[in-house]
Amino acid sequence: MSAFRFKPYTEMTSEDYAAIELKCGLEVHRQLLTRRKLFCRCPAGRYSKEYHAEVLRHMRPTLSELGEYDGTALMEKKTRKNIYYRLNQQTVCTYEMDDTPPFFMDDEALDIALELCLLLKLNIVGELHIARKQYLDGSIPTGFQRTAIVGVDGELFYQGRRIGVRQLSIEEDSCREVTDIGHDRVYLTDRLGMPLIEVVTEPEMYTPQEVAEVGEIIRLLCHSTRHVRVGSGAARQDVNVSVRGGTRVEIKGTPQIWRNPHLIYNEAMRQCALLHIRDLLRERGVTSETLQTSVAEVTRTVANTAYVPIRKAVEDGLLVKAIALKHFEGLLNHPTQEHTTFAKEFSDRVRVIACLTQLPNIAHSDLAAETLSSREWREVRRKMRADADDALLLVWGNEADTVTAAQEIILRAREATIGVPSDTRQAYKDGTNGFERVLPGPERMYPDTDLPPIEINSARLERLAVQIPRRVWELDERLQEIRGLAPQLRQQLLRSPYGELFCRIMTSGSLSPNWLAVVLTESLIGLRREGCELQFLSEPLLTEVFTAVVQQRLVPEGVMPMLRYFCRSIETLTPVELVNKAIYELRLNLIPIDQVRESVVRAVAELPIELFVQPDDLPRYLMGRLMEQWRGRLPGRQLAQLVREQLTGHAGIQHKWKNYSWAMIP
Amino acid sequence: MGDDSLKGYRGVGRTVLERHEAGVWSDVTVETTRGRFRGIVLPRSETADDRHIVLKLISGYNVGVAAEQVTSMVVHDRREAHYKVPEKQFPFDPAKPRVKLLGTGGTIASRLDYRTGAVIPAFSPGELYGSVPELADICNLETEKLFGVFSENMGPQQYIKLAQNIGEEIAKGVDGIVIGHGTDTMHHTAAILTFMVQNPPIPIVMVGSQRSSDRPSSDAAMNLMCAVNAAACGDIAEVMVCMFGPTSDQYCLLHRGTRVRKMHSSYRSTFRTIGENPLAMIDPHSITPLRQDYHHRRTDRQVTINSAFEEKVTILYYYPNMMPDVVDALVEKGYKGIVIAGTGLGHVNKPLYAAIKRATDAGVHIYMTVQTLWGYVQMYVYETGRELMELGIIPAANMLPEVAYVKLCWALGQSTDRNEVRRLMLTSINDEITEREPYNGYLIYQGAIPEVQEFLRSIKR
Repeated sequence: MSAFRFKPYTEMTSEDYAAIELKCGLEVHRQLLTRRKLFCRCPAGRYSKEYHAEVLRHMRPTLSELGEYDGTALMEKKTRKNIYYRLNQQTVCTYEMDDTPPFFMDDEALDIALELCLLLKLNIVGELHIARKQYLDGSIPTGFQRTAIVGVDGELFYQGRRIGVRQLSIEEDSCREVTDIGHDRVYLTDRLGMPLIEVVTEPEMYTPQEVAEVGEIIRLLCHSTRHVRVGSGAARQDVNVSVRGGTRVEIKGTPQIWRNPHLIYNEAMRQCALLHIRDLLRERGVTSETLQTSVAEVTRTVANTAYVPIRKAVEDGLLVKAIALKHFEGLLNHPTQEHTTFAKEFSDRVRVIACLTQLPNIAHSDLAAETLSSREWREVRRKMRADADDALLLVWGNEADTVTAAQEIILRAREATIGVPSDTRQAYKDGTNGFERVLPGPERMYPDTDLPPIEINSARLERLAVQIPRRVWELDERLQEIRGLAPQLRQQLLRSPYGELFCRIMTSGSLSPNWLAVVLTESLIGLRREGCELQFLSEPLLTEVFTAVVQQRLVPEGVMPMLRYFCRSIETLTPVELVNKAIYELRLNLIPIDQVRESVVRAVAELPIELFVQPDDLPRYLMGRLMEQWRGRLPGRQLAQLVREQLTGHAGIQHKWKNYSWAMIP
Repeated sequence: MGDDSLKGYRGVGRTVLERHEAGVWSDVTVETTRGRFRGIVLPRSETADDRHIVLKLISGYNVGVAAEQVTSMVVHDRREAHYKVPEKQFPFDPAKPRVKLLGTGGTIASRLDYRTGAVIPAFSPGELYGSVPELADICNLETEKLFGVFSENMGPQQYIKLAQNIGEEIAKGVDGIVIGHGTDTMHHTAAILTFMVQNPPIPIVMVGSQRSSDRPSSDAAMNLMCAVNAAACGDIAEVMVCMFGPTSDQYCLLHRGTRVRKMHSSYRSTFRTIGENPLAMIDPHSITPLRQDYHHRRTDRQVTINSAFEEKVTILYYYPNMMPDVVDALVEKGYKGIVIAGTGLGHVNKPLYAAIKRATDAGVHIYMTVQTLWGYVQMYVYETGRELMELGIIPAANMLPEVAYVKLCWALGQSTDRNEVRRLMLTSINDEITEREPYNGYLIYQGAIPEVQEFLRSIKR
């Protein structure tokens, strides 16, 4: 038996990933900032766990093209779930509960989707056709998601490399799961129907890090429109992962981009491990055709076990079934992910499909010591007429569930002889993943007969084209051209909504790039933390403020007081009026230097020189006093110059500290 | 290219396809001013505009491409698909009852042609077994499609054929009959069948669905299982409607054919018994009667089929300021019966009096019902009512307007004698007129009231 080796996460290099031919694609879901939901007039973005009523539904798969059920559909049918929807009167209407047909698609949402299509240079459809994408897990009460392709075949750029964008669709969001225990699954419906876009890239990322970075680019691109929702739950990503010889596996719903690399690592490892297990099985002569399994009830054999989960199950009147997998001995302990073994593949299926959700839900002979006693295992083995190189699994539950569980275990064993099953997998916080459902195929798409197609005419696209922001990778290039801009501030500008504004202001005047960048990033964030409402700082207003600085009507030091002032006023003045008003009211207008000089002379004359020990303290003291009076009314540099002039000629000072030079006045 | 290969395409869309020698089911790459699209050309809906070509992409999504933006089109292949519902032999079990399913045109079970969106009905026992295999646990099923019309197109021709077929099936010895029907006019058909098929020995159960069966959340399968259960095993030998009780997938209700009405345009629980209690709660495995005064199943094969029908009857839904010429026009056009849905206890305005007098003098039979749906006509309480009765209007007690309409069609089909028609109309056949209204026969709970909210929160609807 050849050993399975996979480097620890932190030691993996790009070459290691290249060696296993890792390929990843991203599906980014992003909620759109609209007032209403996508297909009804419920308010968007209101979340509450409070509910006023519940309805119960079951999902029934519809037949696919060849009269067979889609794999996912079949799986969900086997689970026989009771699905409960919690309804809150403020957030849902009869549309969400599938008792009213859809209303027309929200125009605001479609505009935002089109805007993103233009940004990603997708080929935009002439006519939007709404499809139904089947979801039988109950996450949508209709049993399908209404979704439509807006554009295909676009691109984005990552470190100068083109990454294909396969499609962008607009769709309604699904329910939030509350619990899923046994055969009962409970959902909240508040998020249901929220407008989303889904951006699907080609599988053109080759290391986990690249996936995170491309994810970040898409995130920034979405943000740059300022028409997407932000905050927890507003963005979710699915990552498609495959390795050489493996299969496309989808890791579902990772909320944080920085978690992706670890998840991808574990999935890559899992696929390599599953392929290794398949090879080991082949060496033992086990293939899909030669696979031998058997099932038997062993309740009485194990009834008196000291192993608590089984003992308790038997006491509760449940059954225990044993499944023998011929020649599988030892494999259930094969590592598949970090701190995870092959046995979990079986446990997952039993949990999800047979609804035996209480863990542990299986016991197996490769981990014999922790479960039944060795005598009990021998008994089960004898009863099953199993050989020493067969693996045994035990499941417990009612008759129907254990039948399903045994079938699923055998099904999963058969898949092990083939390689990596096409799964949709859920992401765990520790970076590993677990089975969620069988990956659905295109058969689950149906045209939605409830709504007519929507024509997307050129006038609409032209209207949107003039308002789209600069693409984030183009903005990055532009920022790199600005001389003297610190790389760290460039990154911050890319993440801020003001990168484009920054470029515009920089072309119009001779401001310090780093100063402007700090104002537009850190200082504004500071203002927000103070509780200021940044929405009052419109782009035209900010532009006007910095123009005032460029034209020397306003000193740089006056910018923050002014912005703070704007944030707290809700005036409906034009930008020019606002700026002038603020300069006047805040006394920020520049003062003739002679007028200031008088006050400097006065201040120097009143200096209590005898109190000072160090000569350096003098200018500091003076500047502090004078700045209180003149801050924002003339540049600090000029004030310092005045102070220096007056100090240099001061007789008392010359007397106390002979020949001291104040060149270094702050 | 033949006509069929451009199914649904007209105008510029058709021209562009023809120019590139492409047609429906062609696998094409289309270059447009908006970029390139690859997919299979789908048939175009006849009601859609003529400016777009529909493609099915490899992802399964459909998109429309503006024909006038097409710059070139390359045909790679042709991939026509033919669909059918899988057929599996419906198992026969001699121990199980015989149920006959009569189809009228609604789709009870179906699957969607995933490329075109067309609904392919499943109707033969084999097809139904393929879609709803649970039916085989309940009965031995036979099916017959009588006609294919949408529910709104049901009329006397269909009613009569249905009644006759029911008579024949009863004679053949089936244990129950299920009628698949569109929901919009299901209550009209349920009422007329009650009059045309009197005193049946077996259950006659009408069933439909509010969410088409191509949807995973459809109510069709459960409605059908419950209806088949009622027909196969139920003890209630009447014409009934079997549809969802609450909006939740919990149970169906059996409604008496003369007291049931569709009350919501889209809810699953749209059918309600009006002014009475439903007959029974039912799930696929059990029946819980809610009333005892029903007609029990019999073993004999006796039934009275009376399929008389006069078409010149109408419902006049009264509104304030209704003009008398509306009534005159009906008389002039030869209408023989008018059912008025009056306000309140059964009223219309004074300006109509003269026209009503002219109508009754001309031999038109006029019956009064209430547009409030719940409650009785009572024309003695106010002077208006007494005056109307003097003009010849006959109060129809608590008969629902639609029920009074089909009953007047049926009565006038048998006689034009004023007294005989009156006798037929006011002799209740199966609770179209009830002697008393139970206090819980009128329940429309209002949301937001604390006790109602409590009920909704604690008891799933």
